[in-house]
Amino acid sequence: MTQGRPLRPPWAGPLGLHHPGAGPVHRLPAMLKLLLLAATGVVVVLPLGPWVAAAGLGVVVLLTALARVPWHRATRGLLPVVLTAGALGTYQAWVRGPATGAEVALDLLTLVLAGALVTATTRADDLLAVVARAARPLRHVGLPPETVALTVGLFLRTVPVLVQVVGESRDAARARGLDRDPRAVVVPAAVRMVGHARTTGDALAARGLTD
Amino acid sequence: MSTSSPDDSTTRTVPSATAAEVPGLLTDPPPPQPARRTSTDVALVATFAAFVAACALVPAIPTGSGVPITLQTFGVVVAGLVLGARRGFLAVTLYLVVGLAGVPVFAEMTGGLGVLGKPSVGYLLAFPLAAAVAGWLGGLALRVPRAAWRYPLLVAAGLGSSFLVTHPAGILGLVARLGVSPAEALAIDVVYWPGDVVKNLLAAGVTLAVLRAFPDLRRGRR
Amino acid sequence: MIELDAAEVTAWSPDPAGGPDRVVRLLGPVSLRLAERHVAVVGANGSGKSTLARLLNGLVLPSAGHVRVDGLDTASDGPAVRRRVGFVFTDPDAQIVMPTPVEDVALSLRRTVPDAREREARALDVLARYGLAERAHVSVHALSGGQRQLLALAAVLATEPAVLVCDEPTTLLDLRWRTHVDALLATLDQQVVVVTHDLEAAARAERVLVVDEGLVVADDAPGPALAHYRELMGAPRPDHAARGAGPAAS
Repeated sequence: MTQGRPLRPPWAGPLGLHHPGAGPVHRLPAMLKLLLLAATGVVVVLPLGPWVAAAGLGVVVLLTALARVPWHRATRGLLPVVLTAGALGTYQAWVRGPATGAEVALDLLTLVLAGALVTATTRADDLLAVVARAARPLRHVGLPPETVALTVGLFLRTVPVLVQVVGESRDAARARGLDRDPRAVVVPAAVRMVGHARTTGDALAARGLTD
Repeated sequence: MSTSSPDDSTTRTVPSATAAEVPGLLTDPPPPQPARRTSTDVALVATFAAFVAACALVPAIPTGSGVPITLQTFGVVVAGLVLGARRGFLAVTLYLVVGLAGVPVFAEMTGGLGVLGKPSVGYLLAFPLAAAVAGWLGGLALRVPRAAWRYPLLVAAGLGSSFLVTHPAGILGLVARLGVSPAEALAIDVVYWPGDVVKNLLAAGVTLAVLRAFPDLRRGRR
Repeated sequence: MIELDAAEVTAWSPDPAGGPDRVVRLLGPVSLRLAERHVAVVGANGSGKSTLARLLNGLVLPSAGHVRVDGLDTASDGPAVRRRVGFVFTDPDAQIVMPTPVEDVALSLRRTVPDAREREARALDVLARYGLAERAHVSVHALSGGQRQLLALAAVLATEPAVLVCDEPTTLLDLRWRTHVDALLATLDQQVVVVTHDLEAAARAERVLVVDEGLVVADDAPGPALAHYRELMGAPRPDHAARGAGPAAS
């Protein structure tokens, strides 16, 4: 458990990393974007040389510009990836030659940017709708789609509750002078969390949501 | 939230229960009705998925390879050990799918399909199976009659899932994404071992505490 | 009309010495007929009053005996009973399932309103009725505690149940919200059964049940029942032999 700074502001909520827009990339169906992304993931594994890799990155950058996703959005959380790509490219160039080094680094950036682009141009709702549709066959193994949707909603709803529980447990541990002991934070938080889940289970049953 | 009101949950073992055991006053109590399961399972799965997310959102320790050290793996092992293989697997799968759909529940408040391109992809995709294996091994550990053995066996169950599932898959991911050899990937992976041992020690302790507080969780374990 | 017929509730309890789990009695046997519009249930923490409340909508099934709502048995007609009996918990955070108020109310309407767009419109109507229209699309997490409890109530009342059971609905609320929720409960058309620690609120009911150590030890008009309860809580408890000797265990 980390010490010091509490987790605030609490988790931003289910809106995620989507950036609203009406461009052509935004309008593509979510399912198609997911398939294209999956194809990208396969293609980058093939050793096609640094020029193809550079062209691939160029296409993704172009699409990101076309979608008018602001750069700070598209590149959110990307700094560690850029650093990794730099370190990795250098290492690979040294061990296996500059061509491999460049290709590996470019492929890494391409995939991460492509994923970020799909996420930024597709509403989380739509992606979750794809998930729900994909989950439909699961009813044969005892997971009706309604239950899946309910569980997803409940999950999104519970994250901020838990962030709060952890914060309160940390405050309580601090008040007792136990904040150096991770168990003093994690154990009460986990017990309260399960208690919360039990009450929630009762509430779901009471509302007839799982009948 | 306050789940702390002493009698807001009938499933908890309330102190008044002991008062009802006065000999001679009452005939033998009838056996309890089994509790409703689906709703509790849905709530537990969603809550533990959220728990893994909360663990991932705690600030991470960055490392050179682009795979930060986080509490995520701790959350995954706890989910498996507490919920058992099936529900643990479902909880972590839910976390993974919602994160891939773009909700920022992965380490460093990221989400979306971009993580599939990152070097950490192997670890991430292994999580559901790791939870299932931890749950299965943990179930064996909990069936041991000697209570004193349960803690070390639960630690072993957690470590077993880490080293049978998470680390091999993580190494595969590093090989695929970084283009390094398996030996080089192993050298990167070793960095996470000490933290992993600490996290599993803690996870086993948390599991025992939770199962002591909610003994009937073990009844629902599958 | 709610009928309890020698209903008992038991549970598994672990043996502190590490032996096999034992069966312990949480409630009963209790036999009651509740037809009044407003019934209050009072009792100490752990007395079994929450268990009693949970029996009424089948959340807890009787281990022996029967519980019926309008003739429907909670054990065999569970879903029908839950459509008839709404339940509000102490902690709205446990009860609110979806990330925003409008989604949560819409979820309640899932069965009755198949069309998604109409469902959302209906949900907005319901929220407006309880003064939450402006908060319909914000994160539930951004609501105040009072607003969350109001939302929990709105989501339950959206399905228009015949009976509303509330388990300490105002315990977590400040005085202003407590007054608001109490006033709201008083104006409902539904039969309302409220478990409460608020004796002022209990005094406004038509009938008060006092639960102690798993039994209904007083069942009367608010005046005498609450007097009994005050005596019970004030006097040091003699011993377990007094159990069941109260005025109305049947």
